[in-house]
Amino acid sequence: MKKLINDAGTVVSDALAGVAAAHPGLRVDVENRVVYRASGPRRGKVGLVSGGGSGHEPLHGGFVGHGMLDAACPGEIFTSPVPDQVIEATKGVDGGVGVLHIVKNYTGDVLNFEMAAELCAEEGVEVASVLVNDDVAVRDSLYTAGRRGTGATLFVEKIAGALAEEGAPLAEVAAVAADVNARSRSFGVALSPCTTPAAGKPTFQLADDEIELGIGIHGEPGRTRAAAGPAREIVRVAMDAINEDLPLSGETLVMLNGMGATPLIELYVAFAEVDAYLREHGARAARTLVGNYVTSLDMQGFSVTVCHLTDELTRLWDAPVETPGLRWGR
Amino acid sequence: MDTSFFLAWVDEITRVVAAERDRLTELDAAIGDADHGANLDRGFTAVRAALAETTPASPGALLVLVGGTLIRKVGGASGPLYGTAFRQLGKTLGDAGEVSPAEFAAALEAAVDAVRRLGSAAEGDKTMVDALAPAVRALGAAAAEGAKAAEAFDAAARAAEEGAAATVPLQARKGRASYLGPRSVGHEDPGAASTALILGALRTVGAR
Repeated sequence: MKKLINDAGTVVSDALAGVAAAHPGLRVDVENRVVYRASGPRRGKVGLVSGGGSGHEPLHGGFVGHGMLDAACPGEIFTSPVPDQVIEATKGVDGGVGVLHIVKNYTGDVLNFEMAAELCAEEGVEVASVLVNDDVAVRDSLYTAGRRGTGATLFVEKIAGALAEEGAPLAEVAAVAADVNARSRSFGVALSPCTTPAAGKPTFQLADDEIELGIGIHGEPGRTRAAAGPAREIVRVAMDAINEDLPLSGETLVMLNGMGATPLIELYVAFAEVDAYLREHGARAARTLVGNYVTSLDMQGFSVTVCHLTDELTRLWDAPVETPGLRWGR
Repeated sequence: MDTSFFLAWVDEITRVVAAERDRLTELDAAIGDADHGANLDRGFTAVRAALAETTPASPGALLVLVGGTLIRKVGGASGPLYGTAFRQLGKTLGDAGEVSPAEFAAALEAAVDAVRRLGSAAEGDKTMVDALAPAVRALGAAAAEGAKAAEAFDAAARAAEEGAAATVPLQARKGRASYLGPRSVGHEDPGAASTALILGALRTVGAR
């Protein structure tokens, strides 16, 4: 498997060096593996820290900047960061009024962020956490580790980030983050597996005429396998799953997210179907994102995330943002 | 058993994890995210580096250092879980310079309890607990009968290997494999497999 890398063991550090060189608005601590805003913490502003395994770029480092995160902690590829990174980031962004941890619901992320939060609290930094778990493909939470955090993470980071920028207190920022998560649902589909640099071969096998339904973002297989069909049918499966879980209505924020190796033209083909589905169900895509935002290395496929908007959430979504991955209004 | 015995155990774990790295990663590719071998290898390599700089005064201090290093270096779920296991093992042993099989058995029981609490996993969930818990029982029973270290560790390693093999028909209820639902059946749990390796290393060192 060909990869544009120097060495499988140094991919994360090498990429962070590139991020640092490309984005003067960021300060990258390559040694401790933390991506900060170059401007540093602002007194009186709640700090936002997220993190997770690498391989999902631009998530999370690409969403550090005005109106979104204050710091991101990239782990090894598909491996959650260690507590030391999170502690370093949390202390580094504390503006004196507390820090919100935005954590995707995976056992490793939860354990490492919890350990970090406890140690930060012992050192006097107030920390609140929001757990993102929007993936409807994981159905029965009694018999699983619970729903995974996927695309809604971006919505939470953007909207909570906007509120924090306005100077809202930690409790309010945490509450809006939890609200965005509660109003969001996602479903992912793979047309091909992905290949981690360490493994050097695909994480699972898919025949030419097969797709994998209900995938996460770590190259893990999904719940079921199905015959490949037209985009219309594939999108319908995803949207049905979302609609069954939280019936569509009203104004929505919709992301049609590429998994890393899906041509943009195909994402737009799929988005047309998403939009038609929403209309059929009395809903409207009031705000949209189409592109690669929460990826899974070189996987072909997509995920759809739908968030039920309120006027306040729309206002916060529209607020200015200036990060490598999202930028408007400034 | 003194500090040098446990140093030898850590060396043997490091060697075995490196040797079995690809097999662990392949098990993880089937029902997880294909990095368990690489992560543990990185963790124990860091442990060896930490031990090259300092020599802990007691078995307990050594195992606490191992656990802390794993927590700091591995990430994922296995870092906190194995790290907590070794830390609890070390903390329970305290600063005694010599450890008997019975004392080690009691400390390993405390370590498994800590893992259960942290991961909220029970036996049958298809996790490392499925190898750890039977190993602790076998070790405790052997130690209670006054078995020598070599016999007790052999019993523990066999129980862990059987426990790991018994995860194959289980459906995962914890961790990333649980997302697969029924499709997790038919694969050995990578965490249970690495636990069997770690206890197998204990048997190897105990037999010397």
